[in-house]
Amino acid sequence: MSERTRSAKKGSPSADGSVPPGLTDEEGRRLLDFYRRMVVIRRFEERAARGYTQALIGGYCHLNLGEEAAVVGLVAALDERDYLFTNYREHGYAIERGISPERVMAELYGRVDGVSKGWGGSMHLFDVDHRLLGGYGIVGGQLPLATGAALAISYRGSDEVVMCTMGDGTTNIGAFHESLNLAALWHLPIVYVIINNRLGMGTTVEKSSAEPELARRAASYRMASARVDGLDPLATYEATRAAVAAARAGAPFLLEVVSERLRGHSVVDPAKYRTAEEVEALTSHDPIHTVGARLMVEGLLDAAGLAALDEEAKAIAERASAFAESSPHPDPSTLFDYTYATPVANDLHRLPGEPLFAARPRPTEVA
Amino acid sequence: MMAVMTFRQALHDTLRDEMHRDENVVLMGEEIGVFEGSYKITAGLLSEFGERRVRDTPIAEEGFTGAAIGAAMLGLRPVVEIMTINFSLLALDQIVNHAAKIYGMFGGQARVPLVIRTPGGGGQQLGATHSQNIELYYAFVPGMKVVAPSTPADAKALLLAAIRDDDPVLFLENLALYNTKGDVPDGDAPAEIGRAAVTRRGSDLTLIGYSRTAFVANQVAQELAETEGLDIEVVDLRSLRPLDRTTIVESVKRTSCAVVLEDDWLTYGIGAEVAATISDGAFDYLDAPVRRVAMAEVPLPYSKVLETAALPSHEDVINAVYQTLDAVGRRRPAARR
Ligand SMILES: Cc1ncc(C[n+]2csc(CCOP(=O)(O)OP(=O)(O)O)c2C)c(N)n1
Ligand SMILES: [Mg+2]
Repeated sequence: MSERTRSAKKGSPSADGSVPPGLTDEEGRRLLDFYRRMVVIRRFEERAARGYTQALIGGYCHLNLGEEAAVVGLVAALDERDYLFTNYREHGYAIERGISPERVMAELYGRVDGVSKGWGGSMHLFDVDHRLLGGYGIVGGQLPLATGAALAISYRGSDEVVMCTMGDGTTNIGAFHESLNLAALWHLPIVYVIINNRLGMGTTVEKSSAEPELARRAASYRMASARVDGLDPLATYEATRAAVAAARAGAPFLLEVVSERLRGHSVVDPAKYRTAEEVEALTSHDPIHTVGARLMVEGLLDAAGLAALDEEAKAIAERASAFAESSPHPDPSTLFDYTYATPVANDLHRLPGEPLFAARPRPTEVA
Repeated sequence: MMAVMTFRQALHDTLRDEMHRDENVVLMGEEIGVFEGSYKITAGLLSEFGERRVRDTPIAEEGFTGAAIGAAMLGLRPVVEIMTINFSLLALDQIVNHAAKIYGMFGGQARVPLVIRTPGGGGQQLGATHSQNIELYYAFVPGMKVVAPSTPADAKALLLAAIRDDDPVLFLENLALYNTKGDVPDGDAPAEIGRAAVTRRGSDLTLIGYSRTAFVANQVAQELAETEGLDIEVVDLRSLRPLDRTTIVESVKRTSCAVVLEDDWLTYGIGAEVAATISDGAFDYLDAPVRRVAMAEVPLPYSKVLETAALPSHEDVINAVYQTLDAVGRRRPAARR
């Protein structure tokens, strides 16, 4: 069989009835690998949602459900030496960067073995070794930071690239515009990625962005940009590779990845603002289903293979939560360990119930 | 006439009434319309008043807060919702450099009748950036008014006052208070901004708080009255700027000792200002140091265990009361443990 196309007939029909071209062997292998990774993220996120309802996870918990294809395609296009900054919806990115699902889940559970030692939680995953320089909970907060990381790389003349992901809603915050302008002026090696899942919390892109084709915003900074289907992991991967290559050559890039958010904004959001038809449409776009179906049509996976992949992913998620649950809570005595990197005189280690200076008790009066 | 309702309902009904009363009242904020507000304060208002008056904004705190300030300069009375006080930091420049300055800097020619509603509140494992109580940043600035109700009745009365006031008012809410219930009088009686309230009379000790900590103060006073027979006076500050120093000082003159509760860090906090006020105004009456119960001085960790260690607990408050009464020499023998 030729390398170019396995068979033109093997493409799977998509929602609009068109038939995507068949896959080369290499693409086929890649798609299968991507799919396996996507299913791991899917099962991990579902397990996290369960951990939340079991009250083992607290705070805010935002899931990558529906965004698996985008996450996998994006991160696969990075080299190990590249850096990644994300927003708070970043569990999948952490796993894709190679951090063990155990340590990611342990962070969600707030335990010492978590990537941020239990200090960050779901929104604030960080791991220097894997060059994930943070999930950030303040909308847009990561953009200037990622821009600065790219500045450090450019300053030193090394050849890493920074990827900075964000949501569609984030393109309306001042930091977006300030950062892109800086990166363009200074020719920084950075790829800004907009995961356009069409919603902020409940507000649609059309209601929040005067230019809803978000990639076009790059024009204001004479920055190159592209828009890609984030439900197609291969397309996302190819587009990201091109963007990363441009950035590595000193031309910052804005990549818009059109995706879906299958559930509410966070675990606790019932998403009542969505109509039944919208929810229906979401399910038919679910990349786990569409990519799985495509692999079957391509003959790269059969029902048994698919089930086996899924079982494996479930087992990974279960192991992650078992590990997280058995990891110890941080000790309260470590409360003051991370206020300052350079120890400083008079840093106040007072617990909330303690006085600044102990008052001397007087002898009790007899009532 | 009174009705029992939640803090949330009191806010909602007051906003609605004010929108009916005054066409200039407009609401702006993220997710306040279609999504009905992150904490559902504005539920139903979009369908009742339409998009002209209930404006969903993009995520652009600096932009829409600044726009509200500008609209206020032309006589609108915008009520901006900032999803939590943490995100107000993105609008800090517009609030501090413009909202608070315009009246003075232009010699009184333009007013800024703006309300910024925003909740504080930690203790829900939201992590370092989402758990702050930084009302102090606004209370620090002349030109701003900062109010912090602790009951549904005050939520209504202070919101009425804030909307009708011609200055920028930061209206502090609290996540933990939204579901609390209380009597709310019918009718149209705005509170006077700048006045604290003695919400419980007592002679043993003055317990001072605002917003959630005033709620806690009343709870603790009630509990210690029942269990220990203690007679604690509670001062609910209600207004952080201006601060009602007279009410604080007069209370401490009656009780000779005070414990101040706050949900923020101790250093340079609201409690520090209250303690300094007591030192200035009631020094000769004090029988013990003014005690402050406040957060540990750390960025708040996510871990439940660490978070719990960093935040003031109910026991911390009670112990501070006991230790202060011990220092005065006023604990009753029956109450000793
Ligand atoms: C400065 C700031 N404002 C508001 C919020 C509250 N908030 C958290 S996520 C979010 C929506 C973000 O939407 P988008 O950028 O599209 O990302 P998505 O959640 O869809 O991944 C909002 C308004 C915040 N965290 N930070
Ligand atoms: Mg979005």
